[in-house]
Amino acid sequence: MELLLVIVIGLLYSAGVYLILRRSMVKLLLGIMLLGNGTNILIFLLGKITKGTPPVINEAYKVFQDIYADPIPQALILTAIVISFALTSFAIVLLKRVYALVDSDDLDDLNTPEEEDL
Amino acid sequence: MKSAILQTATRYLLPILLLFSFFLLLRGHYYPGGGFVGGLVASIAFVLHSFANGTENTMKILRYKPLSLIPIGLAISTLSVVAPLLFGLPPMTGLWFEEPIPVIGMIGSALFFDLGVYLVVIGVVLTILFTIALEQ
Amino acid sequence: MLFTVLTGLITSSLLIPFGKLIKTKWSFLLPLIPVLLFLFYLLHIPTIAGGTNLLQGVNWVPSLGVNLDFRLDGLSLLFALLITGIGSAIFFYARTYLKGHVYYDRFFAYLLLFMSAMLGVVLSNNILTLFVFWELTSISSFFLIGFNNDSKESRASALTALSITGLGGFFLLAGLILMGQIAGTFVISELFNKHDFLLAHPLYPLIAGLIFIGAFTKSAQFPFHFWLPGAMKAPTPVSAYLHSATMVKAGIYLLARFTPVLGGSELWNNTLLIVGGFTMAFAAIHALFRVDLKGILAYSTISALGMLTFLLGLGTQEAFIAAAVFTLVHALYKANLFMVTGIIDHETHSRDISKLSGLRKVLFPVFIAALLAALSSAGLPSTFGFIGKDLIYEATLHYEANWALWLTGLAIITNIGLVAAGFMAGLTPFTGKLPATFEKVHLPYPSMWIPPLLLGVLGLAFGLFPGIVGDLFNNQAANAIAQAETGMKLKIWHGFNTVLLLSIATLAVGILVYLINKPSERKLAAVERFNSIAPQRIFIRLGRSIVRLSAWYTQTFHNGYLRSYHIKIIIFAELLLAYKLWISGPIQINWEELTPLSWYEVGIVAILLGALYIIVTTGSRLTSVVSTSVIGYCICLMFVFYSAPDLAMTQFTIDTLTTVLFVLVLYKLPSFINITSRWILIRDAIVALGFGVILSLIALKVLQEPNSTEVSNFYGENSYLLAKGKNVVNTILVDFRGIDTMFETVVLSIAAIGVYSLIRLRLKASEKE
Repeated sequence: MELLLVIVIGLLYSAGVYLILRRSMVKLLLGIMLLGNGTNILIFLLGKITKGTPPVINEAYKVFQDIYADPIPQALILTAIVISFALTSFAIVLLKRVYALVDSDDLDDLNTPEEEDL
Repeated sequence: MKSAILQTATRYLLPILLLFSFFLLLRGHYYPGGGFVGGLVASIAFVLHSFANGTENTMKILRYKPLSLIPIGLAISTLSVVAPLLFGLPPMTGLWFEEPIPVIGMIGSALFFDLGVYLVVIGVVLTILFTIALEQ
Repeated sequence: MLFTVLTGLITSSLLIPFGKLIKTKWSFLLPLIPVLLFLFYLLHIPTIAGGTNLLQGVNWVPSLGVNLDFRLDGLSLLFALLITGIGSAIFFYARTYLKGHVYYDRFFAYLLLFMSAMLGVVLSNNILTLFVFWELTSISSFFLIGFNNDSKESRASALTALSITGLGGFFLLAGLILMGQIAGTFVISELFNKHDFLLAHPLYPLIAGLIFIGAFTKSAQFPFHFWLPGAMKAPTPVSAYLHSATMVKAGIYLLARFTPVLGGSELWNNTLLIVGGFTMAFAAIHALFRVDLKGILAYSTISALGMLTFLLGLGTQEAFIAAAVFTLVHALYKANLFMVTGIIDHETHSRDISKLSGLRKVLFPVFIAALLAALSSAGLPSTFGFIGKDLIYEATLHYEANWALWLTGLAIITNIGLVAAGFMAGLTPFTGKLPATFEKVHLPYPSMWIPPLLLGVLGLAFGLFPGIVGDLFNNQAANAIAQAETGMKLKIWHGFNTVLLLSIATLAVGILVYLINKPSERKLAAVERFNSIAPQRIFIRLGRSIVRLSAWYTQTFHNGYLRSYHIKIIIFAELLLAYKLWISGPIQINWEELTPLSWYEVGIVAILLGALYIIVTTGSRLTSVVSTSVIGYCICLMFVFYSAPDLAMTQFTIDTLTTVLFVLVLYKLPSFINITSRWILIRDAIVALGFGVILSLIALKVLQEPNSTEVSNFYGENSYLLAKGKNVVNTILVDFRGIDTMFETVVLSIAAIGVYSLIRLRLKASEKE
């Protein structure tokens, strides 16, 4: 399964990078979100994944009796998910405002181009 | 998106979801859940209500601006951080009541911290969504 | 000693809030600062004269060997007295000179900063601290030269001076660090013991060379001399203070300071002899053809600096004595002449010696000051300059027999030039007939002409009673350079000998040259051609090409297209990561350790990949947003499978809210434009896939690494015991790392306020319309 996740990470990163290379602001934002998702899975994978063993101590005991999933990546990712929501929402509003100003979704309309597309 | 079915449903769903979100908050220390998830679920409950009944109506139910929840939440979590100072302990030390309280379980400063997080999350999410929705 | 260095720095920053007060009635406070510091160092004369050195240390960055160590010995004291003493004169002078200037406060802030930095240079006992102060002098000098910042020439000169001295500073830093590393200490007083070790080290020539470049650039030695005449664009008090008496002598100080550490070798002495000897003769001859008073003074200063370098290069005790005395002699008369020039400029608005004459009739006290300076510079018997000159000739005559004659000859030529230049600057404007245009010229406030007069009188007094000065600190300064007892005894009369003859001959020829030589623009143009052998042109060309290079770089790499920045950053990251992967060896996969695969996982991944494909290819905005949320839900399911219930819940709710947000905002926007050419799409796809592949390989690579679980185990074991919680993720968030979560909520709040104000702001604006 790890191999499958590795492929998912690679493709999420690829799609994210591809999207941030586009001219559309919305695509740029989607690309950033995909990169964030890819990073979350990467961190998750690096903590060694296990099945059916959440990092919650059994009711009857005070310490773990069994192996359990690494809680640190989970705590990190939880924070990352929430923060990325704040980032995304701010970016969306910013995008909306830019759209209201320049009436375009094209990043190139934001500057005065001197050269042709690279 | 005004549909009678949804409007009727949300009338019952809102309290149930809010109760559920509070339940998630309280049990967060022992089972999956906690301030973040609880806050998000509560926000979703309000968002759903605003979809069915219009954002203005939801704001009426809320009575206060969601923005005002943010400082309240921050203040609660800050208090829970500095409270141990009153007992001569370093900040962030966990303080707990001796006996568990029925239904809720153990109450300690961590729970208040989580409550602050819960309120901040609701405040943040609703502020963002409602300002955008109202502006349309 | 530390407080003397800090005084200037603190008062300099105090001028920011209190600048307005200083501009008006409180300006009399300013000169008190250098005066008090001067008195402080005067009080130390008896201690130092008794042969003790004062030490003071404050730890700064002890782990790197950078400490604020200060040490006061004879050499430091001589310079500290010069800095504060000449500084006092200059402060009094400048207070009147710049009266009413808009940036009056700013000027004194720079000047105080400079004074502190300079004191720091001469007092530091740690070579890295010394370097910090050294650079600070360059920077404050930059501000002072460019003080008239509305003049283009001023700015250009400031930039030239900064780039030359700054460039020298880099070399110096390299040299100092190399020396410190090899010697194993950055403390100057400890370096004295490493003299033999350093000289024997194979890297010694490199150290010496680097330090030479630092010192030569600062002290305007050929071929780096050209910044100094340009620096004369600064207000005259600055020229008097920085560019004749103190800052340019920092290079000399450095050479003198390191003579006991690095000196004594043939390389050291010969380099100094050649560079110093050439500079002093070259600049002395140059000075004769100037018509601008400041130009004359600038070149004669370069010549004097060359003389000092030359003397240090002789390497004999007599030469060190001569250097110590000449430093003082020169500072006294040169600062004086500069201030006189400033007065002339201030009152007549001219510095052209072919136009100025007869000013003694209107500026008599100034004339006396100038006369004293000119005589001291000429080395007339009974002036301090005479003693300085005597010592120089004595030092050259007693050098190795083969060379003594040549070196003495060179010194004579230089001195003849200096005699004539001194007269040109000090006498020409005052002698002859007073032109009608200058009849209205009136004497400035006494605070302007008393300081130069005082310096002139001091020059005379020191000349009459040289023994006192010599015993009190020149002797100690020479001892510090030689690190031995030089036993100097300064005398007014040496008896009738060769040296005296030479002195008189120099004076006579100098006066002759002064009378015959009539500088003019035409001659100047001819002489200027010699300057082209100096690398000024190369520097200018280098500067221009750097500007062109950065223009090209900006146009190529900073073209303003966001995606073009992205692609460059990504390609760079790819190369870096790929290289790192390549050198880290092959990837091995331990198949047995992997968790088994089940059909529903494959199904979810298939959905995820399908959604990914749709996002990349779709032209519809809504489709792509929906696909993004599909990906989010798939990831949420994965969290469910792999024991992360908290994550699954968070991901699910956040994903829902993000989708709602997108839909709220985006349904208004137009659909995607698709105008990018096919080739660019393919290129981007290759770059993107490359990035994905590299990231996947890194993930595989990390998987094979053993996992460190210490921290996780700590949280796991102590979750209930310490934090009374059984959900470890939650205890980490609200207890173990509670402060992090706290600030996370703050970040969330900021985002919400940002969104709120972005939208509200616009509402307000539209309401107004």
